Amino acid sequence: MRRGRPESLTGWLSVSWPTLMLCVFFVVPFTIMAAISFFHRVEGGFYEPGFELANYARFFTFFFGRILGFSLFVSGLAAVVCITLGFPFTYMLTRLRRRRQVVWLVFLLSVLSLSEVIIGFSWSMLLSRTAGVSNLFVALGLMDKPVSWSPGFAALMLGLCYLAFPYTVLMLYPPMSRLDPQLPEAARTLGASPLRTFFTVIVPAQRGAIVATLIMVFVFTLGAYLLPQLLGRPQHWTLSVMITDQAILQSNLPFAAAMAIFLMLVSLALVGLTYVIGGERDRS
Amino acid sequence: MAELQLKGVGKRFDSVTAVENVDLTIPDGKLVCLLGPSGCGKTTLIRIVAGLEEPTTGRLLLDGEDITGLPAHRRNFGMVFQSLALFPHLTVAENIAYGLRIRGADRAAQNKRVSELLEMVQLPGLGERHIAQLSGGQRQRVAIARALGLEPRLFLLDEPLSALDAKLREAMQVELRLLQQRLGITTIIVTHDQREAMTMSDLVVVMGDAKVLQIGTPLEIYRNPVNTFVADFIGSSNLLPVTVTGRQRVDLAGQSLTTPSIGAEIANGGAATLSIRPEDVHVLPRGTEGENRIPGKVTFIRDVGASVETHSDCSGMEVISVASPKDRPSVVLGDEIVVELPPASCVVLSQ
Repeated sequence: MRRGRPESLTGWLSVSWPTLMLCVFFVVPFTIMAAISFFHRVEGGFYEPGFELANYARFFTFFFGRILGFSLFVSGLAAVVCITLGFPFTYMLTRLRRRRQVVWLVFLLSVLSLSEVIIGFSWSMLLSRTAGVSNLFVALGLMDKPVSWSPGFAALMLGLCYLAFPYTVLMLYPPMSRLDPQLPEAARTLGASPLRTFFTVIVPAQRGAIVATLIMVFVFTLGAYLLPQLLGRPQHWTLSVMITDQAILQSNLPFAAAMAIFLMLVSLALVGLTYVIGGERDRS
Repeated sequence: MAELQLKGVGKRFDSVTAVENVDLTIPDGKLVCLLGPSGCGKTTLIRIVAGLEEPTTGRLLLDGEDITGLPAHRRNFGMVFQSLALFPHLTVAENIAYGLRIRGADRAAQNKRVSELLEMVQLPGLGERHIAQLSGGQRQRVAIARALGLEPRLFLLDEPLSALDAKLREAMQVELRLLQQRLGITTIIVTHDQREAMTMSDLVVVMGDAKVLQIGTPLEIYRNPVNTFVADFIGSSNLLPVTVTGRQRVDLAGQSLTTPSIGAEIANGGAATLSIRPEDVHVLPRGTEGENRIPGKVTFIRDVGASVETHSDCSGMEVISVASPKDRPSVVLGDEIVVELPPASCVVLSQ
């Protein structure tokens, strides 16, 4: 590969275009946000330039600490649930015939077209007492009377997993379909039952893909700010909800910006940690 | 101790018949090659034996015990796969110990067996290496060691050497054969390489088009192929169209030739094919006519050092002769010659 400065005009153009895009759509907004996070808030007004750490200092209270902890817990749990369900599902999917695989993939892609809003309202309706699935269970004689399952923690988890599941499968699918089908067969001839083969060969051989997907789902669900409000109770509101609340309802942009940056740093740190642990075991 | 019998084994995938009604006995302690072109069903057959495919019809008997329905992980058959299928997340030692680990053997027993096996496949001290750090030949040996780790009742190899280069492949053939003889383990090898089959096996099973065409020792199959497909697939052969004129006589483009007794299934006066191996054909100078000698003209000479190949045109048919350098016929391109087809070397086949 050629390194060093591009020499021709087209060479310059091919490098400068992505650089420009990255600047306009990432570096500039991010810098503005970082700057605002240090600005001074004007009560009842907007904000004025300044430099104070008061916005960051506000996190170190029990209230925000709890919300941050809960946000990380919710996203972590959603990621683990998605992998636990998605990994065996994707494995079975890659074992199907090509034609059936395509049908499933098209179905999953069509689920992706649903927005967080639609998913949130649909689930809150399905889990409600008046119009929800519990009425169906009552009609089938499985339950005595209809109950409300939403809002609640389980409803929130269900919504987040529903949102992230197609991404999980679509991300696991390429490495899984490249898995040599003779690997599990070799384990079978060496005396491993299908279940042991799954846990001793297929899962470890896909560790890299599992770690990558965990990180993706974690970061993805960390950004969800509508589902906690639609399917959760106020104590289930995550940091993303708080950021929206501060920015839009309280007009406290400096504090919202500070929270956003803090959330990003914490999730980056966690992603880095997972990557290091995953990578270390790969090499050992 | 382990004799495998296949009785009427067949396998269909939807509308495709992969294996049709195979009856076969793999004798104890012998090495049997399933030989055939790609798509002939040989891999499906070995997968049925391993328990990785369920036969549509027929039964498998191991020492008289019906194992048709026994799942692969309860058969204890060691298998070497075409892709080798070494576990990428484990080291060499962990790969070899996998079967023992599944069985719940303790660490000391695992380590002892692993070093024994590494010794056996001549890779001592490589246990801590990763699979990605090994050469093709080393991976091959690890796959063999892993398959033999549990002292399997049957040793199965599916095109095990196809990924190696020609020279290494020949060395591994000999090594694998010596190992098999030392262990006395009943072995089935799938291959499309007839040289490999000839080098290694006690018994060759030639397959074509989902069926078993011929079973015999390598030499039997080489000398007495049952049909033109086998004759052509096992080594190279001159296949010449003839007309049967008597119990031991055929007519080749107006020349009458003597042959061994012709099978009753080939009608007198009917068309047949005469098969003769190139190394049995002698090229002689014109003027030495005699029994089974037909005139021809040299069209091509290929001298590859270890052997000399002479192509001749005999009344429009190409006859190839191969001779060792010391028997090199003193002919040049375009010479008028006679070729001798010794009666004992001729085989008459139905078309």
